[in-house]
Amino acid sequence: MNIYVLLKRTFDTEEKISISGGKIEDDGAEYIINPYDEYAVEEAINIRDAHGGEVTVVTIGEEDAEKQLRTALAMGADKSVLINTEDDLDEGDQFTTVRILEAYFKENEPDIILAGNVAIDEASGQVGPRLAERLDIPFVTTITDISIEGDTVSIERDVEGDVEKVETSLPLLVTCQQGLNEPRYPSLPGIMKAKKKPLEEIEIDDLDLDEDDVEPKTKTLEIFLPPEKQAGKVLEGEADEQVKELVSLLKNESKVL
Amino acid sequence: MSKNIVVIAEAKDGELRNVSFEAVALGKKLSEGGEVVAALCGDGNLEEMANELIQYGADRTVTVSNPELKTYTPDGFAQAYKAVIDQENPDGIVMGHTSIGKDVTPKLASQLETGLISDVTEVEEGDDGFVFTRPIYSGKAFEKKVITEGLTFVTIRPNNIAALEKDESRSGDVSSLDVDVQNIRTIIKEVIRKTSEGVDLSEAKVIVAGGRAVKGAEGFEPLQELADELGGAVGASRAACDAGYCDYSLQIGQTGKVVTPDLYIACGISGAIQHLAGMSNSKVIVAINKDPEANIFNIADYGLVGDIFEIVPKLTEEIRNMKVNA
Repeated sequence: MNIYVLLKRTFDTEEKISISGGKIEDDGAEYIINPYDEYAVEEAINIRDAHGGEVTVVTIGEEDAEKQLRTALAMGADKSVLINTEDDLDEGDQFTTVRILEAYFKENEPDIILAGNVAIDEASGQVGPRLAERLDIPFVTTITDISIEGDTVSIERDVEGDVEKVETSLPLLVTCQQGLNEPRYPSLPGIMKAKKKPLEEIEIDDLDLDEDDVEPKTKTLEIFLPPEKQAGKVLEGEADEQVKELVSLLKNESKVL
Repeated sequence: MSKNIVVIAEAKDGELRNVSFEAVALGKKLSEGGEVVAALCGDGNLEEMANELIQYGADRTVTVSNPELKTYTPDGFAQAYKAVIDQENPDGIVMGHTSIGKDVTPKLASQLETGLISDVTEVEEGDDGFVFTRPIYSGKAFEKKVITEGLTFVTIRPNNIAALEKDESRSGDVSSLDVDVQNIRTIIKEVIRKTSEGVDLSEAKVIVAGGRAVKGAEGFEPLQELADELGGAVGASRAACDAGYCDYSLQIGQTGKVVTPDLYIACGISGAIQHLAGMSNSKVIVAINKDPEANIFNIADYGLVGDIFEIVPKLTEEIRNMKVNA
């Protein structure tokens, strides 16, 4: 089976966010594989182990993303592809990303594409469904279980807390939700092996795309931090008194009751 | 210049979701005096809901009723909505950033070859059209975005843009559109209800959330009672989910849901940065924790130092009394 994973490199969830020069300060920031994409890598490996085939991890970004690709290879993916946009792309949005991925996948034949259901940085959640539409394949988002038999795929997905059981077929795109699996840590032999696994680097020019094709449809004007939340009142006294005071404050001061 | 806006409405358990009324309100703002057309699809008679959308500010409603639209599928609903969009040829589209909204709007945007600004929390008028604010890094920061080309297509986060007042005297045209829904490639076999009726976490005005200190699944019971008393929903920290006390679907934080209720009551939650990212933009935050040094107190409006199992039931009781005496 031709199994593909869409991976994004994101800030570590521990990172505090600051802004300098109108941009998110990334100097010295720690990066990780987007946590939801980690579920996708893990599931891709499990599908390959059960059904055979090859797992290819694809990312769009700059050279720095090699580290996260190597991590995915160390977890057990077979190949990785960096679509390097450093020289060709000043600005992009989800439309841009999907146009690039579409061009890439037109030259490949995926049986299944796995992605995170959302990236924890920009959090649009658009890329998976948009790409599936462009490739004219079905998609199922926020999956928590998947099993494949022949061309038939049985899926459980999280819908605002309820579980939906879905049946569909390959080729297919899915986006992964927490609870799908427990991503493995790369083993030491895995890390050693990953160094020799293929990491292909391509540029937009290598794909059948013109600059106009990837012109974004949206633009970010400004990034700002929310006003810092101040610590409020700590209520005094026994539990009974604290509770009485709280209810009175919620009712009369903040007026939420 | 006035514009025509299509608002994609959504029903759950036979009732329109509040975020759909909020979407109508935004549609009205974006229309600048133009027409706001609500689109609603489903199975059976949709007329009552169609009229309710008009009472909340839509000028008219187009319904698509078809047995294939009884439950949501991306293929089915996208065909219905696309038919309405093709008929109305709008300048903008607004929908709620709900489970269905997140699923179907990227598909529609891809078909329409347009941009899409998702999860919008605020809108203002800029020099070149409307500017949309949305959270990034789970609310650790925000960005202001504009559409540079094509349709204005946005989804809005529930609870952030106020709905208009319901006006029962308002009326408008309700028309139905026949759509030959076909080739649905994902078949819904079964839906297993795990959430309680009614209040959805992302739309809840009040959330009572538990952390590791709830100590077990049964520890969530007093929290649920408090939530029920307040008409709210129960949420959880990652620690509580990881420990198996509750389902991951309740998780609030950087991984998990990002919520902005009017009142957030954090029970036995220490306040890891990832959790704070998911809830610190709530309007009023109450923290109950045994540890007076817990990080959660740094962002709480009201802090109560003590045992959640002592305080939470007392709080439920006090609120019940308040309601009786009111």
